Amino acid sequence: MSAFNAIGQNREVDQNEFTPEIEPQATWCPGCGDFGVLKALKGAAAELGLDPEEILLVTGIGCSGKLSSYFESYGFHSIHGRSLPLARGAKLANPKLTVIAAGGDGDGYGIGGNHFMHTARENHDMTYIVFNNEIFGLTKGQTSPTSPKGHKSKTQLEGSAKDPLRPLSMSLSAGASYVARTAAVNPNQAKEIIVEAIQHDGFSHVDFLTQCPTWNKDAKQYVPYVDIQQSEEYDFDITDRREAGHAMYETESALYEGKVLTGRYYKDENRKDYQTEKLDRGSMPDQPIAEQYFDDDHEWKRSYDLLDAHK
Amino acid sequence: MSGNELIWRIAGGSGDGIDSTSQNFTKALLRAGLHVFTHRHYPSRIRGGHTYVEVRARDQPVKSRGDGYNVLLSLGDSFARNPQEDAYYGDEETKPLTENLDELREGGIIIYDSGLLDEDDLPADFEERVDANDWHVYPVDLRAIAKEHGREVMRNTAGVGITAGILGLDLSYFEDLMRESMPDEIFEPNLAVLEDAHEQAAEMDHDHDIGLPENEHETEQVLLSGSNAIAYGALDEGCRFIAGYPMTPWTEVFTLMNKHLPKFGGVAEQVEDEIAAATLAIGASHAGAKAMSGSSGGGFALMSEPLGLAEMTETPLVLIEAARAGLSTGMPTKPEQGDLEHVLYTSQGDSNRVVFAPANVEEAYTQTRKAFEIAYGYHIPAIVLYDQKLSGELRNVDAEFFNEEPNPDLGATLTEDEIAEAAHHASGKFQRFKHDVGNGVSPRSIPGQKGGRFLASGNEHTPEGHISEDPENRVAQMDRRLQKMEAIRDDLDANSSHQTYHGDEDATYGIMTYGSQQGTVEEAVDRLRADGHDVKMLGVSDLMPYPEKDVRSFLESVDECLVVEMNTTEQFRGLTQKELGEFGPKLSSLLKYNGNPFEPAEVVEGFEATIDGTEFERETARFQPAAGD
Repeated sequence: MSAFNAIGQNREVDQNEFTPEIEPQATWCPGCGDFGVLKALKGAAAELGLDPEEILLVTGIGCSGKLSSYFESYGFHSIHGRSLPLARGAKLANPKLTVIAAGGDGDGYGIGGNHFMHTARENHDMTYIVFNNEIFGLTKGQTSPTSPKGHKSKTQLEGSAKDPLRPLSMSLSAGASYVARTAAVNPNQAKEIIVEAIQHDGFSHVDFLTQCPTWNKDAKQYVPYVDIQQSEEYDFDITDRREAGHAMYETESALYEGKVLTGRYYKDENRKDYQTEKLDRGSMPDQPIAEQYFDDDHEWKRSYDLLDAHK
Repeated sequence: MSGNELIWRIAGGSGDGIDSTSQNFTKALLRAGLHVFTHRHYPSRIRGGHTYVEVRARDQPVKSRGDGYNVLLSLGDSFARNPQEDAYYGDEETKPLTENLDELREGGIIIYDSGLLDEDDLPADFEERVDANDWHVYPVDLRAIAKEHGREVMRNTAGVGITAGILGLDLSYFEDLMRESMPDEIFEPNLAVLEDAHEQAAEMDHDHDIGLPENEHETEQVLLSGSNAIAYGALDEGCRFIAGYPMTPWTEVFTLMNKHLPKFGGVAEQVEDEIAAATLAIGASHAGAKAMSGSSGGGFALMSEPLGLAEMTETPLVLIEAARAGLSTGMPTKPEQGDLEHVLYTSQGDSNRVVFAPANVEEAYTQTRKAFEIAYGYHIPAIVLYDQKLSGELRNVDAEFFNEEPNPDLGATLTEDEIAEAAHHASGKFQRFKHDVGNGVSPRSIPGQKGGRFLASGNEHTPEGHISEDPENRVAQMDRRLQKMEAIRDDLDANSSHQTYHGDEDATYGIMTYGSQQGTVEEAVDRLRADGHDVKMLGVSDLMPYPEKDVRSFLESVDECLVVEMNTTEQFRGLTQKELGEFGPKLSSLLKYNGNPFEPAEVVEGFEATIDGTEFERETARFQPAAGD
């Protein structure tokens, strides 16, 4: 008998199972795009038949970091920018867990940018949702890595002189094997994309446009939006790196010209995820580490048997 | 003293095989029945520079590097960059000879490679110093011997052969070791080099009086470094996950774990930086692995943030801090004990962690095991603080010392059946952080366990993990986390206190030290007592929670105490005064921070300065009298 019976049941799951029956109620502002992420994630997890207790949701700091408070599962509300390394460690200790990491654009593309790059490179089998509202919300409206050039705030009084970071292109070049952009205003697409992201074997990056009605007063509601898969204007092959890169670049630029493009951008189904790569090399155990401690028959090696080299 | 011990120093440049040659030499002496101890001195570069290893051998257990040395094998530096004396790094060609003369004892032996250095290359005052110190000089063309039978790189083997011949060492041990470690085509010419050199040495004048001590081991011995012992302690305690980033000297533990973990069913990860490293370990531990990370000072600074997260979320975590000389990049390959306060207090808020500082190879093993036991039993980060000295020094230990059972116990966790019986919040969340629990430890569930879901948060939180700024909850959680420290201290006092007493219990004077300098202080105490001094030592290896009872009773029992540590700001003495709130006027300090570990003679002189008020004359260390003196 497994020590982790919440894992792998594949049962009928109602999305209300992911809603805490009582507190805490979400404290996001009325009209905040973050509600859209919560709703999409609940819908996706239910659709996939995931038990709340086989999911580890790791979040960073900021408004987005509160996601783990409002989504009923095992949660880890970690430190600013560090959700990905924490998620990686957990996934390696128990690959059978469904691991989801989430944070904001400052969290993931700014302070945690190095971790983002390396997690994508390693292609860990997990989903990373970035709440991209082009601003620092919880600290009250400072310019973020995705704020448009010229963005004025209390930390950029004369307007930002920096070009915004290109999250999709960065993800592709770093090595993510599933890259998509969706928006809170497009709940059906958001849910579908998160389902695909969780199902994908490898690192899935979802750049999730979440409007901030409080601090992004230019009132970016991300409407109207275009689903590039639905539009005849954008015909490209999401398994083709070059075409994907081109579409990403166009999408990133268009956002700052008032045109909201969303959809699936890249998918590589041939690339093995990190854990499989390690298994192939004999540097990952067949039995998850976490299960070994609960297995009475597990054979525990000891250093005494290494001493010949020291004689 | 030269009658009962050998301290052989092999000197050359980095990349000249000094390390591997010295390891084989040490093993040969161990197999010959001697007790051995090594001291490594090397620069932070890949090729060239001033590098040496000392191998000390006696007929009784060796606790320190000793004072100076008595046999020099100077190999030259084959990567010498500056053959001019006035160059920035000095004349690197002659350095392996000239840099080592100051510490060579009277009557000592010098073997140098005359294939590299002509008599003209020797320093002008060389002959004068040789006469004044009664040194015995053996210029041998090591390269020529090497080239005659094999290749020039075999000059190290030639040097060993000459050493063995001059000292009357049996070649069979070297031959066996070479056969075990070399393929035939390399072994054969090396053996020829060894034997030829040995024969040539036999024909030389042997007018020195350095002899090898004789001994026979009654039990099987193994040769290990502190880094080996830490890695083995972790493996035996069931550690199956490590994440890290290379940094000297921490890299030694990291590479050993990388080597062994996959075969032990574990995972080793080299990641992008030390923030990620410690955070991965937290993630792995949270998901049910015994996990560790570590670094040296600079990398450990990056771990401040995850360390605080582990404290707040009560995630078990073991970190290793292999200290080196600071500040900043400091001196990467030199030992120092300047990271004590860094390790004790870094990260925001009131620190809540366990810190051990093993004194030797055995303690490195037992305290690493204890660190895991405490971390997982009490849901708290435990740090093993050691340094470049203990990291690299090899010493023989009874093999049976390691004949211990592994420990797969994951500590304070619950099974799914136990979780079903445990308290839950109305939301269905398991109460992972209950307020009122006996020793402060509220058992945890592991993700994937049915009924065990909770939120771990770096924010202050309620029993089920929800973020909360409620004042009553805040006080209850702070107090509970703090309460664990008392429980741990009681646990250590009752079961496995790691303080070491040395000398006569009734002695009037004391010397206190912590961590890796202990062996040196023990040797100094032996010497002082032989000279009629009334002195004893307390070596402290549990730093946090501070072993208040042990230290208080020791300091109450002495009139004065010298505190020996390798830093400038008396960090350990300061900690002692802070924790005990008294004894300031009794404590003087001996401080060393020139990049080299203490020698026993420095401690002896420091003690004399403490007690007799004699002037402390050494330039290598600083004596700091007691407050008010």
